[in-house]
Amino acid sequence: MNNLDRPILLVEDNPMDVDLTRRAFARRRVFNPLEVARDGEEALQLIAKWASGEPMPVVILLDLKLPKVDGLEVLRQLKSEVHCRAIPVIVLTSSSEDRDIQTAYDLGANSYIVKPVDFEKFLDVAAQINLYWNVLNIPPR
Amino acid sequence: MNNRIRPIFLVEDNPMDLDLAKRAFARRRTANPIEVAHDGEEALGWLPRWEGGAPIPVVILLDLKLPKVDGLDVLHQLKIHPLIQRIPVVVLTTSSEERDIQSAYERGANSYIVKPVDFDRFIQVIDQIEQYWCNLNTPS
Repeated sequence: MNNLDRPILLVEDNPMDVDLTRRAFARRRVFNPLEVARDGEEALQLIAKWASGEPMPVVILLDLKLPKVDGLEVLRQLKSEVHCRAIPVIVLTSSSEDRDIQTAYDLGANSYIVKPVDFEKFLDVAAQINLYWNVLNIPPR
Repeated sequence: MNNRIRPIFLVEDNPMDLDLAKRAFARRRTANPIEVAHDGEEALGWLPRWEGGAPIPVVILLDLKLPKVDGLDVLHQLKIHPLIQRIPVVVLTTSSEERDIQSAYERGANSYIVKPVDFDRFIQVIDQIEQYWCNLNTPS
């Protein structure tokens, strides 16, 4: 399947960050459908859907501070399921705490990015994430 | 540690690719020192050096087809090493075979990139790798 038909999954509870990501992708003409899970529980439900054949995302952008199920727990489950553990997971969070960074890498995060607070900078980061993970990187099938 | 003094570690046996990569980094004025291993054995020889206090790389670029020890074996050793397993490994290879892609991700590769054959495009890809892993990504 062409990468550009596969969804990008954003796991994010903050509506403003969801909106910013959408706008950044639209501005850069990212055509992949953007799927959004608004809490950890919603994200975990997707794991089961993929197991039953729904298209898997080309990349997952994961916030850490999430309602219901914590982002690190979501990451742990994503990386322990055989059918989806190869999907690149980019942690995208406001936390720059060492403990979060270490734990995320230990659990198998592919990359860790601290969310910029500045609006323009956020758009730029979203665009760079798209360029790297959606254009340059070869995702698993 | 400042990301800028941590080296970029290149594991590559092809002298032409090595030269191209170095030129691309130089053109970007990459402040990070570039360290090179020319085969899999040499790459694994760095493990005891890192244990002994040599600066840990900020990112590792790993070719798959390597003399002596295969790239996938090197990847496996890096990703089970307690000190190194959190360091991003970008597989940079000519192979776009599904089996290699899956095996690399199974062994914990952070990213998989197919080397472009075109010269200018290769330089551009190195640019983008440097920009992403040395500027955007937060290393452990």
